[in-house]
Amino acid sequence: MFWQSILGIWLTLVILASFLYMPATQGLGESGRIIIYHVPAAWVAVLAYLMAMVNSLNYLRRKDLRFDRQAQINAELGTVFCVLATITGAIWSRGAWGWYWNWDPRQTSIAVLLMIYAAYFVLRGTVEDPERRANLAAVYALFAFLTVPFLVFIVPRIYDSLHPDLINMEKRTFDMDKKMLVVFLASLAGFTGLYGWLYNIRLRVENLLHRLEGKKEVI
Amino acid sequence: MVIRRFPWIRQSLVIWHKELRIEFRTRFAYSTLLMFAVTTLITISFSVGGFVPDSDITAALLWIILFFSAMAGLGRTFVQEEEKKTITALKMAVAPEPVFLGKYFFNVTLLCSLTVLVVPLFLVLLNQSVPLWAPFLTTVFLGALGLAGASTIIAAIVAKTEAKSAMMTILAFPVLVPLLLATINATRICLAGAPGTAPTTELLLLLFYNGAVVTASLLLFEYIWNE
Repeated sequence: MFWQSILGIWLTLVILASFLYMPATQGLGESGRIIIYHVPAAWVAVLAYLMAMVNSLNYLRRKDLRFDRQAQINAELGTVFCVLATITGAIWSRGAWGWYWNWDPRQTSIAVLLMIYAAYFVLRGTVEDPERRANLAAVYALFAFLTVPFLVFIVPRIYDSLHPDLINMEKRTFDMDKKMLVVFLASLAGFTGLYGWLYNIRLRVENLLHRLEGKKEVI
Repeated sequence: MVIRRFPWIRQSLVIWHKELRIEFRTRFAYSTLLMFAVTTLITISFSVGGFVPDSDITAALLWIILFFSAMAGLGRTFVQEEEKKTITALKMAVAPEPVFLGKYFFNVTLLCSLTVLVVPLFLVLLNQSVPLWAPFLTTVFLGALGLAGASTIIAAIVAKTEAKSAMMTILAFPVLVPLLLATINATRICLAGAPGTAPTTELLLLLFYNGAVVTASLLLFEYIWNE
């Protein structure tokens, strides 16, 4: 209960600060404030998907269904945050570029990522046997994830990117106002904490469900 | 290592031969592929009529036809083994990797013989000329190779699910997006044929994609096969 309250207060402060304390961004104006939500959501999505990959690999190596449950939870959380990043991105894109969706390379990649995990959940839904489901899901997740890097090379050949970059490669600096940087880092920490909290709850629920099923078989 | 690899090649060729023989008897996969491709092609040509579409659109249409034909025709690669209960015998006879390679070679054969018929028909019906024909043929070949490669392992997954063939397109599409984007862009460049242009990046990407897909399949196939 203690850590939840801290997390709640922390994220409330981040939300307040993103509107009251932080100045509007140069060039992007008020719409730039969305960076406080968009980038951390994308970061958590990447983190959760990477964890799902690690869990899938672990499952294939050790054949322990515990890893499959972890992979499933991470894939679910990754998808939730990926949808949030897509929606916040589309809202910002409407403000900055005039369209909600224009197949910018980042938008293409995130759409493919969402499609991969949509297919992953459909696959999980069509297999009843838990071990077979775990096996197929792990293989599919690993195989599909491997093809994502190819998008980085091909998509910019077809569509130009207008997506802003935080890190200025020429000057080797991090382009952000001091006040904004503080709020941004606080938001990153808050989102990561939120992910850890959600993961913990989901894992406990799944483990309990698993134990309950074992009990049912005995009866 | 070299000594261990050689039986693989020999065994996979035996499996490839077995597949070809079954296919010659039933002509199930090839007729599905061909009929699907020809039906779609005629629908497109019919609806486009006398209007000659832009090469940007033609390139996309060609790969849409090939993608959906492959999904319709290759989805049963492993389903037949499950249905006819020959899977256990195959598991006892050889290691997983030669099975994958044999099926992969067979799918490549199927798709290549499909493109040999469909691509010329497509160019004739849509009244297209190909200024950069050498890169175009390479694109079609590497594209067919990649379609077959990704489809083979997805077909192995599909055979283990309860929905079977219905799953093929859903699972294969996200995996094939990079391949389709690359082939469509390369075909577009070849059909437009502007001087001084060549789809070098796309062809290199297709080459690496094929390598990555086959390597990953060889590593992962065992987990599906011995499941």
